[in-house]
Amino acid sequence: MAFDPFVLARIQFAANISFHILFPTISIGLCWILLYFRTRFTLSGDRDWEYAYFFWVKIFALTFALGVVSGITMSFQFGTNWPGFMERAGNIAGPLLGYEVLTAFFLEASFLGIMLFGKDRVSNRVHLLAATLVAVGTTFSAFWILSLNSWMQTPTGYTMNEGVMMVQDWWTIIFNPSFPYRFAHMLVASLLTSAFFVAGISAWRVRDRLDGPATRKVLRTGILMAAVLAPLQIFLGDLHGLNTLEHQPAKLAAIEGIWETHSGVGLTLFGFPDEEERTTHMKVEIPKAASVILTHSLNGEIQGLNEFEGEHPPVAIVFWSFRIMVGVGMLMLLVAWYAAWQWWQRREENPLLLKLLSLMTYSGWVAVLAGWYVTEIGRQPWIVYGVLSSQEVVAEHGSGMLLSTLTAYLLLYGFLLLSYLMTLRYLASKPARSLLTLQQKAQEAQTTLGSLHTPQEGL
Amino acid sequence: MADWLPLFFLGIMGLALLIYIILDGYDLGIGMLLSLADEDEKDQMIASIGPFWDANETWIVLGVGVLLIAFPAAYGLVLTELYLPATLMLMGLILRGVSFDFRAKAKTQYKRRWNRLFALGSLLAAASQGWMLGAYVVGLEHSAVGMAFSAGIAVTLPALYIMLGCGWLIMKADGSLYEKAIAWARWTVLPMGIGIFLLSIATPIVSEVIAAKWFTLPAAIGLLPIPISTSLAYAAIVWVLWQRRILDAGFGWLVFVCLIVICLMSALGLAYSIYPDIVINRMTIWDTASSPESLRFTFYGVALTVPMILVYTVFIYRIFSGKATKLSYE
Repeated sequence: MAFDPFVLARIQFAANISFHILFPTISIGLCWILLYFRTRFTLSGDRDWEYAYFFWVKIFALTFALGVVSGITMSFQFGTNWPGFMERAGNIAGPLLGYEVLTAFFLEASFLGIMLFGKDRVSNRVHLLAATLVAVGTTFSAFWILSLNSWMQTPTGYTMNEGVMMVQDWWTIIFNPSFPYRFAHMLVASLLTSAFFVAGISAWRVRDRLDGPATRKVLRTGILMAAVLAPLQIFLGDLHGLNTLEHQPAKLAAIEGIWETHSGVGLTLFGFPDEEERTTHMKVEIPKAASVILTHSLNGEIQGLNEFEGEHPPVAIVFWSFRIMVGVGMLMLLVAWYAAWQWWQRREENPLLLKLLSLMTYSGWVAVLAGWYVTEIGRQPWIVYGVLSSQEVVAEHGSGMLLSTLTAYLLLYGFLLLSYLMTLRYLASKPARSLLTLQQKAQEAQTTLGSLHTPQEGL
Repeated sequence: MADWLPLFFLGIMGLALLIYIILDGYDLGIGMLLSLADEDEKDQMIASIGPFWDANETWIVLGVGVLLIAFPAAYGLVLTELYLPATLMLMGLILRGVSFDFRAKAKTQYKRRWNRLFALGSLLAAASQGWMLGAYVVGLEHSAVGMAFSAGIAVTLPALYIMLGCGWLIMKADGSLYEKAIAWARWTVLPMGIGIFLLSIATPIVSEVIAAKWFTLPAAIGLLPIPISTSLAYAAIVWVLWQRRILDAGFGWLVFVCLIVICLMSALGLAYSIYPDIVINRMTIWDTASSPESLRFTFYGVALTVPMILVYTVFIYRIFSGKATKLSYE
């Protein structure tokens, strides 16, 4: 068996970053939701919001920890697997990553301690401040890393000097052409994912009568957020797509499965792209619709993959990932609006809706992963679009070494993901303390004696 | 401007890694000791590091980050060469970090498993870091002597971390855990001392460059404070550990402070040995420094944020000062 070390290195990085992105996606959104709970409690003194805060801050802590440890892996893997990237693009990538560490990582990690364990040590005011700083920190973190990622997609503001990229203008680098779209799209993705996450787990608890009025409030918060954010996200996604057409036409051609440049391009809804024969089998398309959406003209011309021979991404995976992302996004919109409508009718606790919402708990993850596959695989064969190819920067490790570390990572991540899901299920299905009988309470107190997890004073 | 910027970043990198070794050192040390404690003591040990470990770990990200920002070619070379130990270290850090949270939240019957993974992760991370440090000092050469040297550090660094963990617990714990921390420290202090002593002798033997720097006059005399203060700090630890009256009178922090002195002196010694190379015999900091525009841009960020980070770190340590109380999310 011969494995190409380059392919193995790419799979390893993809595995790491796919695992990693799951957790920040939730924690970036969830910490703003937590801040909202905390603020509501501070303003109204309503204990339900405090209860909601303490229920969700535990889930936040677990999610955050998984994000942190898998994120540290990334900062090392640039060097262990892609040393050429830092040698060639380090002048630009380095400082952006550095600002993320300096302005975000320390802020989040330090004040999280107060958020989690500070109840008896600090005033409510300091607690609120800590929650704010953590939320701001996670958003800063997203800002810098998405700036770098966007710069790799649409590099601007640099010059070349003997193969090494030099800074010309920081402002142009940070606010590169695709950055505003990608940043907005990712932040809203994160909030939307968290909205479904929070609504899904709450729906589960309401349905099984595990909790009191606090959880109903959380459920309504999640529904309302989702109903507002889902359409906004689709709108932002559309803008992002137009930006891709302008700056990365090869990626767009792969997304739409357009093989040859032509005008009046149809919108392919479904099909099986075949790179060998350069055609899409079993194509279902709406005539001229792609031209209308992308060029706002019935007969607008769109560049096809033929213009980028040897320099375009693999078609099928980009094509399919895009459709999965859009499909899940539409589903989220439908469910969110149905839920909002039911809420308007004061029927948000109808069993069908609760079931639907709990099934959709992790729907954001699917859309986010698919979306990132579109954007990252869609950038190939480049690591910095049009400037530096991935092949040029990979480290020369033997495939045996890579295969064993890859296997170890996959096993570890599989195990951790399973543990995360099981632990959330366990936390979600634990009845609130107020609903337990006296005997159960005594039992509970015994089993958790001395553990970090003190049972909730229930409502 | 260009002249002092690489030096500035070298200093920041050294500082970040030194702070990392001290702060995450005690977390990892406590992790390695976890298996020796009973259930209640385990919770107390975890409680003593709960609010801090995450931020402590961030210092290695800053250290590696500065290497990446300021000396990208060295970053690529060092991490490619250290591929396997770096991967093992990352897996250790992953296991340690997630076990911390899982053990408190998963079903009670799984708690024991997460405790074990917490200990295993801490040991794996500490030993791998030791190995990496060793390989780095011998200039990333794969010789038998180099491997033996790396193995030596892979054992000694965990011992140092365990001592730091004990020092931390002596300050933060009470009751039976306090007693155990003293006992563990008494067991570890000698092996750690022997390790550091042997490594100090071995370093100039495995590296001619380093030998040349240390054993010439007048440098040798100027450098004397380093071994002298290290020995004094070590002697002070041993003395305090066997003087229960001093420990019980609330001077247990002396152990931790003296360990900081040892870390600081070792770091200074190492820095002197290597400077101005960034990879011994292969690259100097001047060869690999990033372009001045990049360094200057990051310099402003560092100058603005690092003092702030230090201030709020102290603030948080003050909030959670005193003996560790049982952690609760409420």
